[in-house]
Amino acid sequence: MIRVFPFFLKAAWVTIQLSVLSCLLGLACGALGAAARLSRSSALRLAGATYVSVIRGTPALIQVFILYFGGPQVGIQLEAFEAGVLALGFNIGAYMTETMRGAIIAVDRGQTEAARTLGLSRFETFRSVTLPQALRLMVRPLGVNINALIKGTALVAAISVVELTYTAQRYIGSTYKPFEMFFLAGAIYMAIIYVTGLGVNWLDRRVALK
Amino acid sequence: MTDRPIIDIRNAAKSYGSLEVLKDISLQVKRGQIVAIIGPSGSGKSTLLRAINDLDPLTSGEVWLEDTQVNKKLPTRQYEAHINAVRQNIGMVFQHFNLFPHLNVRDNITLAPKMLKGLSKAEADQLAVEQLNKVGLLDRIDYYPSQLSGGQKQRVAIARALAMKPKVMLFDEATSALDPELVEEVNLVMKQLAEEHMTMIIVTHEMGFAQDVCDRVLFMDQGVVVEEGPPEVIFKAPANDRTKNFLRKHLKGQN
Repeated sequence: MIRVFPFFLKAAWVTIQLSVLSCLLGLACGALGAAARLSRSSALRLAGATYVSVIRGTPALIQVFILYFGGPQVGIQLEAFEAGVLALGFNIGAYMTETMRGAIIAVDRGQTEAARTLGLSRFETFRSVTLPQALRLMVRPLGVNINALIKGTALVAAISVVELTYTAQRYIGSTYKPFEMFFLAGAIYMAIIYVTGLGVNWLDRRVALK
Repeated sequence: MTDRPIIDIRNAAKSYGSLEVLKDISLQVKRGQIVAIIGPSGSGKSTLLRAINDLDPLTSGEVWLEDTQVNKKLPTRQYEAHINAVRQNIGMVFQHFNLFPHLNVRDNITLAPKMLKGLSKAEADQLAVEQLNKVGLLDRIDYYPSQLSGGQKQRVAIARALAMKPKVMLFDEATSALDPELVEEVNLVMKQLAEEHMTMIIVTHEMGFAQDVCDRVLFMDQGVVVEEGPPEVIFKAPANDRTKNFLRKHLKGQN
């Protein structure tokens, strides 16, 4: 057990990197997706809706496989880690799109009306009135998305990214202790999730209304 | 010159599908005039009010603010610039206040002036102090909306609208969401505005207030102005049966 521990810590670092990078990509995709879905242009709305329904309608594992194994066929050669970050980021981005869109829609229409009657433009209204209120509404649900993302990083074990789940599987071979190996991996996931949850709580308190 | 209307609504009509909510309404409001619009719910009075700043666009007809047509037909981008400029001259107060909950009272008042008129922070703060003095809430300048009573929220909302120095103020049932004991403080602020000769168009259910403060009263029902005139006439000697019926129900217990 103690012998494998350093390898698990190294693997945990890979899992954290996967999580952070795909989370950032997901937030960017989510913001773009939400903007598209709420756009005045029907082409953009359709593009946003298609992104969301394709990603949410197919298994994340298939998305990882398509990018990693199918990519080279169309000239996209990616390292396993890169493919993992991209696939996970695009995937969670679709869920974040809906989270962000929901939070923006949930801001009372009277807020927009009040701002627009003062003479603020659509953009000024969004930036100064709608967005600050929507951000408060989206912190917790985005936390739920991020929680799912962290656990979802286990999927990229299937394309041999040496993260926690892959590492656990690998050391079963030499230790013959599947219970301990998976338990250790699970405990580390839980620790990461716990710390992330503290971060989300802190952020939620920070942006809370006075 | 002074007789020219500040607000001129010409043949306003609005329909949702086959439902006509406004039918060919024309209304002129002169500078300094205070007009009350009364009528049963669903009569179209709020829709008419919200057409004045194009918040609820008309299906046909024109709305003019002095020399500017408010609901001009323009390409989207030009219309946006046009309407944002026009709306700075038309203050609006809502039934549910619509204060910005993430901003304190000072920032609620100064947000638009800072953004649209380029006021410095010091100038904006000075403006907030002036406006809050007017509505008697200077001591609440650092409070957040959630820390205010309904009446105080509405007074801040009035101060926020006034901070843009509008030429006209629209009140959409400004006291309907308030507890009865809080109505008076808002009415007092509105009366004070009336004394300062602010042009006001007030949609209200409060007949007593309309009678005391307004120069003209419009009674609307089913999308038309059934009757209009000075309050003494509308309230004491209405000509139309629908007006009589409505007032009978609403004046019960008042006066």
